[in-house]
Amino acid sequence: MTTILIAVGILLLLSLIFGAILGFANVRFHVEGDPIVEQIDAILPQTQCGQCGHPGCRPYAEAIANGEAINHCPPGGQATIQALADLLDVEAIPLDGDHGEETAKRVAVIREDECIGCTKCIQACPVDAILGAAKQMHTVIADECTGCDLCIEPCPVDCIDMVEIGVTAKTWSWDKPVGPMSRPGNLIATDRQPSTEASH
Amino acid sequence: MSSAATIFDFHGGIHPEQNKTQSLQLPLGKPKLPQELILPLGQHIGQASRPLVHVGDYVLKGQTIAINNGFLSSFLHAPTSGHIKAIEEKAIAHPSGLQDACIVLEPDNQETWCELHPLPLWQESTKTDVLTYLAEMGIVGMGGAGFPTQVKLQGAQKNNLEYLIINAAECEPYITADDMLIREKTAQLVQGIQILQFLAEANEVLIGIEDNKPKAIERLQNELRIRHLEKQIKLVVVPTKYPSGGEKQLIQLLTDQEVPSGKHPIDIGIICQNVGTCVAIYDAIVLGKPLISRITTLTGDALSQPQNVEVLLGTPIEHLLNYAGCDASQLQRLIMGGPMMGFTLENHAVPVVKTTNCILAGTAKELPQPAPEQACIRCGMCEQVCPASLLPQQLLWFTKSQEFEKAEHYNLFDCIECGACSYVCPSNIPLVQYYRHGKSEIREAREANIKSDHAKIRFEARKARQEAEAAEKEAKRLARTKPAPKKDHDKKVAAGTPEAAKPSTANDASKKLKIDIAIAKAKLKKLEKALTTAQEEERSESISQLQIEVDEQKNTLSQLETELSTVAPAPVKTAKVTNSEEAAIKQLKIDTAIAKAAVKKIEKAIKRAEDINAPELGELNQQLETATSRAAELDKSLTAAKDAFEKSSTEKNSITVERKGPSDTDQVASKKLKIDIAIANAAVKKAKKNIDAMKSDGLDESAIEASGLTKKLNENEAKVTALQAQLAQLTPSSTNTSSDTKAEAPNPLADQIKKQKIAVALAKAQLSKLNKKLEKEPENAAEIQIAISEKQAAQMVAETELSQLLNTQEKN
Repeated sequence: MTTILIAVGILLLLSLIFGAILGFANVRFHVEGDPIVEQIDAILPQTQCGQCGHPGCRPYAEAIANGEAINHCPPGGQATIQALADLLDVEAIPLDGDHGEETAKRVAVIREDECIGCTKCIQACPVDAILGAAKQMHTVIADECTGCDLCIEPCPVDCIDMVEIGVTAKTWSWDKPVGPMSRPGNLIATDRQPSTEASH
Repeated sequence: MSSAATIFDFHGGIHPEQNKTQSLQLPLGKPKLPQELILPLGQHIGQASRPLVHVGDYVLKGQTIAINNGFLSSFLHAPTSGHIKAIEEKAIAHPSGLQDACIVLEPDNQETWCELHPLPLWQESTKTDVLTYLAEMGIVGMGGAGFPTQVKLQGAQKNNLEYLIINAAECEPYITADDMLIREKTAQLVQGIQILQFLAEANEVLIGIEDNKPKAIERLQNELRIRHLEKQIKLVVVPTKYPSGGEKQLIQLLTDQEVPSGKHPIDIGIICQNVGTCVAIYDAIVLGKPLISRITTLTGDALSQPQNVEVLLGTPIEHLLNYAGCDASQLQRLIMGGPMMGFTLENHAVPVVKTTNCILAGTAKELPQPAPEQACIRCGMCEQVCPASLLPQQLLWFTKSQEFEKAEHYNLFDCIECGACSYVCPSNIPLVQYYRHGKSEIREAREANIKSDHAKIRFEARKARQEAEAAEKEAKRLARTKPAPKKDHDKKVAAGTPEAAKPSTANDASKKLKIDIAIAKAKLKKLEKALTTAQEEERSESISQLQIEVDEQKNTLSQLETELSTVAPAPVKTAKVTNSEEAAIKQLKIDTAIAKAAVKKIEKAIKRAEDINAPELGELNQQLETATSRAAELDKSLTAAKDAFEKSSTEKNSITVERKGPSDTDQVASKKLKIDIAIANAAVKKAKKNIDAMKSDGLDESAIEASGLTKKLNENEAKVTALQAQLAQLTPSSTNTSSDTKAEAPNPLADQIKKQKIAVALAKAQLSKLNKKLEKEPENAAEIQIAISEKQAAQMVAETELSQLLNTQEKN
């Protein structure tokens, strides 16, 4: 009987000690906010376009953390979906077309001679990328523009165009080589064309 | 000399066929001027130059036509005299075959030089002057990347340099431009090295040259001997092995030091310069000629006269091919650069730029189509030849499967893209192309990341600003709506209606204000936190912005607090005395604690500021003074309030009992009278003030009398006395009734006097506080003045009541 009591006592003591440690750790190492939201937010493209149906990228990140689908972000496209799938360990699904299609990177450009200076686009721009004042011409700071389209809708004279950012010599990148399976007929060395036979 | 220097080795390397003799048969050629020269604005690493000329301008040879655009950028000069034909997008020498902004110059065939300003006394100039001069002469590294030379040398100014290495290795097959340059311009080269050494001040100067250039070595040795520079400048002959001309490989060959991953040679006290750059520096400083031409190798079996040419920058490749006798039918592939690291040109109209060292016009036999890629057989030959000691196979797997993070972890960015791995690969895998693809993907992702972070910061800043604006608007709205209920309240009091309704509205207002204050405080705290982090990270622009925001927030907060103080006393006055006093004490306690905390905080800030010797120390000291004085003031009022509270609480019972005593009508009437008296008193005071003001304005008595002010004054004074008499009549009766019901009449009277005295003192204290505030915050003057006039009225009411009470006491 005493052995049982001792055993129970020891277990009780241990549970109390560990409970205290856990309680202390809970207080001491308390994490403010939800770290997963931060990680999701870091993956999202931060265009703040609202195409996902949330007012900004962070609210969508919170929604994803609460179980919303990861394929509602057209500006991020498939790459973002893939990154989110990797992070959350879920299946990468194709982009939901209801929220828009993935487009090439674009910037807003104001046709300046048509601008009437209404400041509506300035109020709509989520990243303050439009410069101007009431009854003064407005213009877009191209480097700050995220291409979110939010300025198009409020413009009363439709003087804003979304222009694709073309590839320049500075932004050009090397293509990925086609790989060994591209020309299946040439797998055997003797199948090579005579012109390719000469080597270094 | 060469025997004296020890030569080390680097890992890997290959020995491809040299093919250098073809282009060395003919002497240095000088092609005629082409129809037009195309000068790309981005011939170097960094920002593209900014054009200085306009279409149609006439420029002289050597005239600056584009200037640097930022730190990492370069100048551009007219290679010959002529007219600017266009500034437009033209195909440039780039692997992508894309277009870029170019200045097109139509030569007038006069070759008229502009006025040259050489720097012959460079040894007596400061290094900064020489470096600036080099920048203005458009000197960039001519070995490969086109890194602005002055930027590289500026880095050398900060470090103590161990070695200055002159790169004459020229390891890539076919290319002989540097070989020819050394042979033709030996004296210029050596003097250029001397200028470089003056700028770099390295402990040792080494020239690294491959042993496949015997003539160049001989000429250099002679030149050094004639100039007695053998001790200062050491010529080190290295065995021929590709890629010994790579910067990091040559450093390893000559010094046995390895440039750490992700670092530059300058970080280990070494600087490397190409021989072409040395000659360009000589031309610029001694002759005053900017960088407008260079030596380029024209070679390949498709050319009948392969040779080296001194060619003006901007010359179209087509023109050079014609000059060297190109057989178009034989030409299979045109390569800019060498066969190992060069890239194919689809467009033959692209111009020669500052970094073009070779044009290789290969036949089908010479440069066959690359064999089809086969699967990797894991032979490991690529690893054995990699001069950067990387694991090409691993990198291939990772880039192929888009696992760029892992590729980066395996030091993908240390790959110099020399092509040795692709050269030896038995499966003909274009490894370098995979690496280049991987690198550009990673760079793109990094840029996208930077951009999205930037957008996030801007979005959040905007959100914060909007919230602050909304809060400010709300505060202003409250400030506007607040005076209205107070007037109502005054009217109600004057009409003698029960005050039950009023406190609730006042309470609501104060509650709302308190919430606003809490929000504002929270925001302020957040901003201050952001400010401190910004200060820690030394982001100057955001610091100033945050400072402004913090100040704004503080303003709104203080504004709200004033509002609260004007609203809060109202219920305090009308509600039960004890309750209000308790609340007041609590409020005072809180205020004192806050003030003390502020003092402590400022003291801490001062200490920190002292540590770093910050300029805002004086300001902080001032802040501390005000904060301490405020804390002391609050402390004083707190003790006063506590005393008052103690007294009042002892009196509480008797008061409540006493209050029940007098009849309601009497009380209401007396109150009404008191208020009337107060109003009359206020009117008297106002009239007096007006008269005083008039007097001070220099108006004589008669004028004042004429204005009827004195009359009014007298009337009012009479009214006051009349009212006081009425009140006196009324109060004795009330006290009489109370004495009837209660045993001790005088006692409640004394209590009342005491209470009234306290009330007067309180009102006085509040008044002085408000006055102080008025001095401190001139921007809120209007609001504070309203509060002051209210307080004055309240004080007068209290005073009249007090005098009344004293009168009755005397009578008794």
